[in-house]
Amino acid sequence: MVGGKVAKITCKINGLEKSFGRNHVLRGIDLELRAGEVTALMGANGAGKSTLVKVLCGYHFADAGKIEFAGQPFAPIDAADAISKGVVTVHQSIDDGVIPDLDVATNLTLDRLTEPGASLFVNDRKLRQRAEEVAASMGLHMDVRARVADLDVADRQMIAIARAMARSPQLLILDEPTSSLSASEAERLFSLIDRLRADGVAILYISHRMSDLRRVADRIVSMRDGAISGIFEGETLDYVGAVNAMLGHQMTEVDIEPVSGGETILEARELKLFEHSDPISFSAREGEVIAFTGLLGSGTTELAEIVFGLAEAAGGELFLDAKPYHPANASQAVDMGVFMSPKDRGSNAVIGDFDIANNMTLPFLKAFSTFSFLSERAQRRAANDMISKIGVKCESDRDGIDTLSGGNQQKVMIGRWLLKASRVLLLDEPFQGVDIGARRDIGRYIRETSAGRTTLVFVAEIDEALEIADRIIVLNEAAIAGEYRNKDIDLNGLVADVSGRVREPLHEEAGASSGHRAATPAEAG
Amino acid sequence: MKTTQMNKNSLEYAIRYGFIVLLAGLALFFSFYANGFASPRSAVFIFQSVAITGILALGVTCTLVVGGFDLSIGSVATSSLMLSAYSMVVLEQSAFVAVALCLVMGAVVGLINGLLIVKMKVPDLLATLGMMFLLIGLQRIPTQGNSVATGMSLSDGSVADGVFSEAFLWLGRHRFDLFLDRLLPVPVVIFLAIALIIWLFLGFTRHGRLMYAIGSNERAASLVGTNVQRYKIAAYMISGVLASIGGILLAARLGRGDIASGNNLLLDSVAAALIGFAVLGAARPNAFGTAAGALFVGILLQGLTMMNAPYYMQDFVKGAVLVAALVFTFYLSSRRGGRRNA
Repeated sequence: MVGGKVAKITCKINGLEKSFGRNHVLRGIDLELRAGEVTALMGANGAGKSTLVKVLCGYHFADAGKIEFAGQPFAPIDAADAISKGVVTVHQSIDDGVIPDLDVATNLTLDRLTEPGASLFVNDRKLRQRAEEVAASMGLHMDVRARVADLDVADRQMIAIARAMARSPQLLILDEPTSSLSASEAERLFSLIDRLRADGVAILYISHRMSDLRRVADRIVSMRDGAISGIFEGETLDYVGAVNAMLGHQMTEVDIEPVSGGETILEARELKLFEHSDPISFSAREGEVIAFTGLLGSGTTELAEIVFGLAEAAGGELFLDAKPYHPANASQAVDMGVFMSPKDRGSNAVIGDFDIANNMTLPFLKAFSTFSFLSERAQRRAANDMISKIGVKCESDRDGIDTLSGGNQQKVMIGRWLLKASRVLLLDEPFQGVDIGARRDIGRYIRETSAGRTTLVFVAEIDEALEIADRIIVLNEAAIAGEYRNKDIDLNGLVADVSGRVREPLHEEAGASSGHRAATPAEAG
Repeated sequence: MKTTQMNKNSLEYAIRYGFIVLLAGLALFFSFYANGFASPRSAVFIFQSVAITGILALGVTCTLVVGGFDLSIGSVATSSLMLSAYSMVVLEQSAFVAVALCLVMGAVVGLINGLLIVKMKVPDLLATLGMMFLLIGLQRIPTQGNSVATGMSLSDGSVADGVFSEAFLWLGRHRFDLFLDRLLPVPVVIFLAIALIIWLFLGFTRHGRLMYAIGSNERAASLVGTNVQRYKIAAYMISGVLASIGGILLAARLGRGDIASGNNLLLDSVAAALIGFAVLGAARPNAFGTAAGALFVGILLQGLTMMNAPYYMQDFVKGAVLVAALVFTFYLSSRRGGRRNA
């Protein structure tokens, strides 16, 4: 079956269905993936993207429908079988793809060690030689003797992909590969994708990030409720159409009427985030939502950690309600009414063994207990109240947290800190791995409840800042590069601030791609 | 579709109640086939045989809850055994002093374990393994490797005149009247009381809940303001104190500081705690499960003994039960998630 002279069809999916219990996750997927083409897959959480991927990479069996791969029927019995047949997946969590304690050379050649007929003894010199070949073919320049754990995120990601490429796949699946990369790191990944595309690999690229799609996608496939809701291809891709197909309704700009807030709650005076950075000063007022935005490494996370007592400032002072504020640890910060929802909820926030109610009430167990004995009824009442207020989609508060989708998990994690009144609420990357629907719910609820506290939101994506904040403060190299009231913002100026304007060649590169990324909301709106 | 749902439900029931049903079935089986098994005296004997192991197992359960492990409990118990004997027989102290010394020793060992793990960042298995060796050696130094008993000769040539005080022996040998005369031994009462306390503490207090949170995601727990280090140290101190109580009861039952007793304590109590994972489908450490696990092993051994199974079968049977329980816990529970390979 050849679908046209444009390109060879690598993978053809027909009427694919999959259910988990009563939950009909995939309802008849028809999709073609062509060689030398990047197909971007978009979909809200729960749309069935990851199930589709898991069927392709042999983790789940399909209930009905068939897959044809390179002209052959394709039904992998397990993940190893899928890989040997040429379908290779790089999962979202990078460390699944690498072995951190071993060096680069071993990581790149690991699969050779498991091949049948591999010799008993490992020849280090040959191994390194082989690894250098692999690295060179991928355009990677690094010391192959370095330990993978010592490399930065982007390099580890590259190695995971390089390992995948060593099996010369015909279909490469990338699941949100840029979620922990900075703009310049992402650019390295994109040029690698360009090269693979030129080599005729079919690529399925899953991402929420508009800027990624603009950069690499040849076509966009939108999924909604377990079915394909739109395929967009051609010379100019219809991004707004793709988002609409994914959400099922017209994407509306969040309309924010910025408030300037009441009395000052949190004040930073000459605060130095790093030893050699410029001091920053700002006042956060009652009822106000401030978004701090900046590239990875611009100091947003450090600022959040300092305010929450996890790190110490290199200089300067913080004032809470006009009194000096020096929390020594998280528990002191919480006692003083400074709450933080950290980024990377999987490792920093979610208690996998607990249900929704216990996850939500975790910081305030003291308030739910008398003489240390917990009142389960009070816990569940508070949790149910928050579940309906913030809109968590679940059967009941007894559902295990792992049964929820990413967006709903995040609602629980943020709802956790809204159970009690706070003076300062810090939200570090609250929209990480959250679909647009849940993102809107969270943003709306944060704004609704913003009275009585000051809210600081730390986001890398500018459109997220635009959706939630009254005021946007741009950090660059741990210094304040600009400050904007969120009304008729000069986006070009904002983007220029994020990228640190054109000062050094290094920034120019970062600026180019982040400008690209930041232009999203203006165009999509 | 319907059958898969039913299969799933029956699997759920198997996981939840499988072990309890097995326990009841076993008790029923022995009642019919082992003469005299179904009597209050025999039931009490089972409890008595598992009381000390059970107390230690409850301690190790607390360390398992915070994601740790305590290998030193067996040696803490034997150290406590030797220390109580030494303090009464050689130092001629009262029962009260002996018990207090042992409890303090257990708490201090737990504190050191905790500090090694939390502050010195030594992995839990290694830290408590080191402590185990250290204590096994230490408890032999004062007596040059001999057991402690009244009339033993000391290194300076004199003879130890002290005796185990009546009050101390009461702890191990007294039996309360309950329906029948002299039915319920003190160690069983202490075991049940400790089980109840640990059950309430882990399951129903905020401290217990936070300890489970630490075991599941330590970083997340600390980021909500939990003092993770303090809870971890507390867990090892609970474990140390409970182990020393086990040692005291053992000494009180034996009436001498027997250097060779308590060899099996570590393995038996760890087994009980791990079997406890399978009880009620908890798939995590829990006090009720640990107590039930200890009883399970006790019933099995008592029944087999009464059916004249040879003594050397015991460890084999314990091992078989443990393996079965672990399969229950890990394999069936992973299937519950509906995943094919996980």
